[in-house]
Amino acid sequence: MAVRDLSSSSSSPELHVLAVDDSFVDRKVIERLLRISSCKVTTVESGTRALQYLGLDGDKGSSGLKDLKVNLIVTDYSMPGLTGYELLKKIKESSAFREIPVVIMSSENIQPRIQHRCMTEGAEDFLLKPVKLADVKRLKELIMRSGQAEEGKTKNPCTKRILQDDIDSSPSSSSSSSSSSSSSSSSSSSSSSSYHDDVSSLDDDTPSSKRMKLESRVHD
Amino acid sequence: MDTLVAQLQRQLRDYTISLYHQGFLDDQFTELKKLQDECSPDFVAEVVSLFFEDCEKLISNMARALDQTGNVDFKLVGSSVHQLKGSSSSVGAKRVKGLCITFKECCDSQNFGGCVRCLQQVDIEYKSLKAKLQDLFNLEQQIVQAGGRIPQVDI
Repeated sequence: MAVRDLSSSSSSPELHVLAVDDSFVDRKVIERLLRISSCKVTTVESGTRALQYLGLDGDKGSSGLKDLKVNLIVTDYSMPGLTGYELLKKIKESSAFREIPVVIMSSENIQPRIQHRCMTEGAEDFLLKPVKLADVKRLKELIMRSGQAEEGKTKNPCTKRILQDDIDSSPSSSSSSSSSSSSSSSSSSSSSSSYHDDVSSLDDDTPSSKRMKLESRVHD
Repeated sequence: MDTLVAQLQRQLRDYTISLYHQGFLDDQFTELKKLQDECSPDFVAEVVSLFFEDCEKLISNMARALDQTGNVDFKLVGSSVHQLKGSSSSVGAKRVKGLCITFKECCDSQNFGGCVRCLQQVDIEYKSLKAKLQDLFNLEQQIVQAGGRIPQVDI
């Protein structure tokens, strides 16, 4: 089952990234890019291998993979066999892994309509090859931010969809992990003034979120 | 009087800059250098070594496909060219990458003569780059052996 377990980590949790690319050279480069950005990396050479790793290849012997924690999947678009797009679809179709952000890498001659198709299918982002350190840093920041939004609550519109899903699927959950926003004065404050401040900063009015507001969480 | 280390360092700088100016390398090579540190001091050498192995393998595949007189599978050649273009792009092998673009066009238009010419050029070009980078790495090694630091070259 997919877990973005950022709550159990300290200030900078280590992301586990699964990188999929049929090119040996590119695998070496992306692995290094990710390692140097403090990520744990697993590289595989094909979409099929990626599915095997995730336990999505139809083989029922995947019970041991419940502890598998993958925070991000980065895949090349054009690969022999299963393309990056097909891999993306399979991941998004699976209940276990569809919340994991998937990023597609491709060379410049990828047509806009293909890019659009990938984004529609739920790709988090598109990276133009050759991938640079700045790309990976940006990606990591993006993933860390949306990951925190799942644990805590922010009003980042990009994470609203994840937020909504989270609320809808677990209405009684009220994680008490505090967000690491710099504006947090206290995570367990129950004084009414800070409570009201918090409420005013929230723009989400579903019944579940109202219940969560009462938990006096601190937000951006 | 220049020390040996200073001389070597200047040589390295000049040589590196010339490789960029002559179009052998582009800024992706610079990006690779950023990924090299004390923990991974041979990263660039390792990656380019993989790249040259890739060149050998892919060129051999292309040669074999083009050798099927009267029955050349241009799609197969094109797919190898695509792979070569990708890896050359990833290491900053600018000239090889450029040749691959032309080569791909020949494949797409099923231009046999063009493909053969491109293949020859790619073969010459990757070997030339391989020799030049070997010289570069040798210079770096000499600097280290002489007790100096490898200078960061700003292009």
